[in-house]
Amino acid sequence: MPNEQGLHLRPVTAFVDLASRYESTVSVKNITRETEEVNGKSAMEMVLLEATRGSVLRIAARGVDARETVAALAALVKAGFKVDSGRHCE
Amino acid sequence: MEILRGIAVSPGIAIGEAVILEAEDYRIPYRAVSAQDVEPELARLDSAFSNSIVELERQEEWLDHHLGRDAAQVFDWHVGVLKDERLRSSIESLIRDKQAAAAYAASTVMRNYQRRFMQMSDPLLVERIRDVQDIERRLLRHILGEDREDLAHLTTQAVLIAHDLTPTQTAQLAETRVVGVALDSGAATSHTAILLRSWGRPGVIGLTDVSTRVSGGDLLIIDGANQLVIMNPSAAILEEYRAKEEAYVRLAGELDEIKSLPAVTRDGERVQLMCNIEFPPEARVGANKGGDGVGLYRTEFLFLQPAGAPSEDEQYEAYRETILGADGRPVTIRTFDLGADKYTQQRSYEQERNPMLGLRSIRYSLQNLSMFKTQLRAILRASCHGDVRLMFPLITSLMEFRQAKMTLHDAMEDLEEDGIPFARDIPVGMMLETPAAVIQVKEFCREVSFISIGTNDLVQYLLAVDRGNERVSQFYNASHPALLRTLRDVLRACTHAGVECSLCGEIAGQPLFTLFLLGIGLRSLSMAPGNIPEIKKLIRLAAVPQAQRIARRALSFETERQVTNYLRDETRKMLPEDPF
Repeated sequence: MPNEQGLHLRPVTAFVDLASRYESTVSVKNITRETEEVNGKSAMEMVLLEATRGSVLRIAARGVDARETVAALAALVKAGFKVDSGRHCE
Repeated sequence: MEILRGIAVSPGIAIGEAVILEAEDYRIPYRAVSAQDVEPELARLDSAFSNSIVELERQEEWLDHHLGRDAAQVFDWHVGVLKDERLRSSIESLIRDKQAAAAYAASTVMRNYQRRFMQMSDPLLVERIRDVQDIERRLLRHILGEDREDLAHLTTQAVLIAHDLTPTQTAQLAETRVVGVALDSGAATSHTAILLRSWGRPGVIGLTDVSTRVSGGDLLIIDGANQLVIMNPSAAILEEYRAKEEAYVRLAGELDEIKSLPAVTRDGERVQLMCNIEFPPEARVGANKGGDGVGLYRTEFLFLQPAGAPSEDEQYEAYRETILGADGRPVTIRTFDLGADKYTQQRSYEQERNPMLGLRSIRYSLQNLSMFKTQLRAILRASCHGDVRLMFPLITSLMEFRQAKMTLHDAMEDLEEDGIPFARDIPVGMMLETPAAVIQVKEFCREVSFISIGTNDLVQYLLAVDRGNERVSQFYNASHPALLRTLRDVLRACTHAGVECSLCGEIAGQPLFTLFLLGIGLRSLSMAPGNIPEIKKLIRLAAVPQAQRIARRALSFETERQVTNYLRDETRKMLPEDPF
């Protein structure tokens, strides 16, 4: 999790929105905190992962588009949920 | 007649009968349904979900339109939860397997989540429990089919009294005949306060027990600008306020028209009209009111959240949102002005006998260096997103300013080591609000990038009056000749040294002082966003030589009464209609 605020409500919403576009079931676990697996399409449960900056997540998908699902979700997390925008200075 | 004083969240005048909103604490007792009622209960649940989603989406649309995408986004997660299949199926299985009533099933599942939220270690996430409760209430309202939209059916203008309001409740007010709000709670969440302001109706909060003192149907006046709630006013007071209300409404319509025009005097002198803000989305509201940027961003409001001290990332997000909202216009961020308030008093070992002369503002920051440095880091990181300036409040000595700047340099070095970008050349200024700083203004001019005069505290310290003490507050008067001469001297020193000087106290937004301030040479005034149109109107009617003449005359008087009378006459000549 590279983004500053961790899995707060906005990133969770972005994650769940994306996960819901795929057929596969998605389960996510916060390896760092050793949480239980939660349903990646559940806005409520994803918050309970309590993922903060630096947490390692394991995203697993099962279904016809499992590979694409995981790739897309991993990319979203790695991109910091696109919440970091704006120009950069030195 | 009884008068209560609270904290103003938005100006204006409202007169109406009191409507009291009870705390909506649904306690849903267990209720089993018969086997044949299971299907109807499931159907009830289904329509409660879809109605809730429709209602939320409509609300988001309204917010998006009035406050922008950022404010509306608060409710995105609510929609996400209502569309959460798992959540829904666990409620459904309670109904199906245990033959529980829909309301009980929904409440049980939602409370279960609330308990799990409570156990999280991140205090910010724990606070989101309020969102879970908000969703629960919404669902239950639709399941129980209770017509909770009482407010939508008001037949006369009403003033809403409540212990506290959720953002959802506040957002709905715009579609009712409620004309003003008074709350017990002083810690209205930032969204509630912003929504009240953008709605444009007066609101007073922090009244402690107004909801138990007022009975439904009592006649109430809310005077937002003066943070007063008047219960059962006398005929004379009522008449006075009716006239004010009428003038206020007329003025608001008229001022809307000059929003997009620049603040330029008749002889072509441009004056910057900036906003004093507390919450990030207000930067955008200020821009909509025709402001030239944010002249004072009061960051201590970040502390008034139940979660307490904000983290670096949380602060960074708030500052970034503010800066982006200002859309390229300058934003002056003032470091925490804490002290003499609930947050610091709760944490101090012994109550201070005289908090206004105690550990407050920059003194508090310099004694809580790790907190201070966290804030400076967050501001520096955010400085990449726009035209950001930084200022320190309540500076009384050069040593203090230097120490604050040194802490800033430490924060810069740390960021550099961490490879985090920031604007190295961020302008660093000070608030001038103590007599000591006034006397040494020449020396300060050599070390600061800009000066912002904070007249609220300056008047208090210059005249030795605690404005919050009712027994002496009549002596708190910005028309005092000592203040006028002080302002003139500060302006002279700044002009001589070539240091930018602005003013961000309440008098910046009071038409009574506009001509004087213009006359002594101020070209940048920062005020509550709602005051901008009126001040702009006055500036567009004024000319610099005329303002200079008025300032000279005002400076010649010996007493505050003469000053007030003279400035009132001069202002009246230009704004004969306005109820300032």
